[in-house]
Amino acid sequence: MTIQLVFLARLRERFGVSREVLALSPPIATVATLLDQLRERGGAFAEELAANRAFRVAVNQEVVALDHPVKAGDEVAIFPPVTGG
Amino acid sequence: MASFVRIQDEDFDVGAEIHALRLGNPGVGAVASFIGCVRDMNEGDAVNLMYLEHYPGMTERELEKIATEARGRWNILDTLIIHRVGELKPLDQIVFVAVTSAHRGDSFAACEFIMDFLKTKAPFWKREATPQGERWVDARVSDDAAAARWKP
Repeated sequence: MTIQLVFLARLRERFGVSREVLALSPPIATVATLLDQLRERGGAFAEELAANRAFRVAVNQEVVALDHPVKAGDEVAIFPPVTGG
Repeated sequence: MASFVRIQDEDFDVGAEIHALRLGNPGVGAVASFIGCVRDMNEGDAVNLMYLEHYPGMTERELEKIATEARGRWNILDTLIIHRVGELKPLDQIVFVAVTSAHRGDSFAACEFIMDFLKTKAPFWKREATPQGERWVDARVSDDAAAARWKP
């Protein structure tokens, strides 16, 4: 399965990428599984996505919990807590 | 009854926006509005420049959701939310919220509610330039507390 990853703000800078198409084989089930795979990349990914760090995940532009399912074609965005206004 | 949402680089004219929002609607008895501006200080450091990033698509959806939530809680007529993105400097206007209603209580409350939820839900991020260098602004616990006040 293939998903679209989006990184924003400080995380975009830390990871050095704003968008990426990720092919997952075998397919993954949830946001938590996706985060595990991203942490395995090490470096900034392992550091910023550690369990004690504050970040948010949106699937198809809705903020979700870690047990939310991820399906083929989904847009999964990872970003820091928001600071607008 | 309509909810207007705009994300833009350009500045906005508060008078013209309010005029347009209440135009031709004699049912409007009250307009409450809020303007957020760039300050020249944050966390004890001088701020020379600010850059605002957002998540296009999700930003508009979140702001629409917040306006709809406000409409469900108060008896309001129209809402307008404008948020600027890109490069901003001290004194610049960043955000504008205006709400019309028949009576002031509804628009006052809805306007504050929309701002509190915008601060904690809408995907915007600020990066500021200080004499010590550039940094991303951290989310504030006080903003979460402000939004939590509105729990039904």
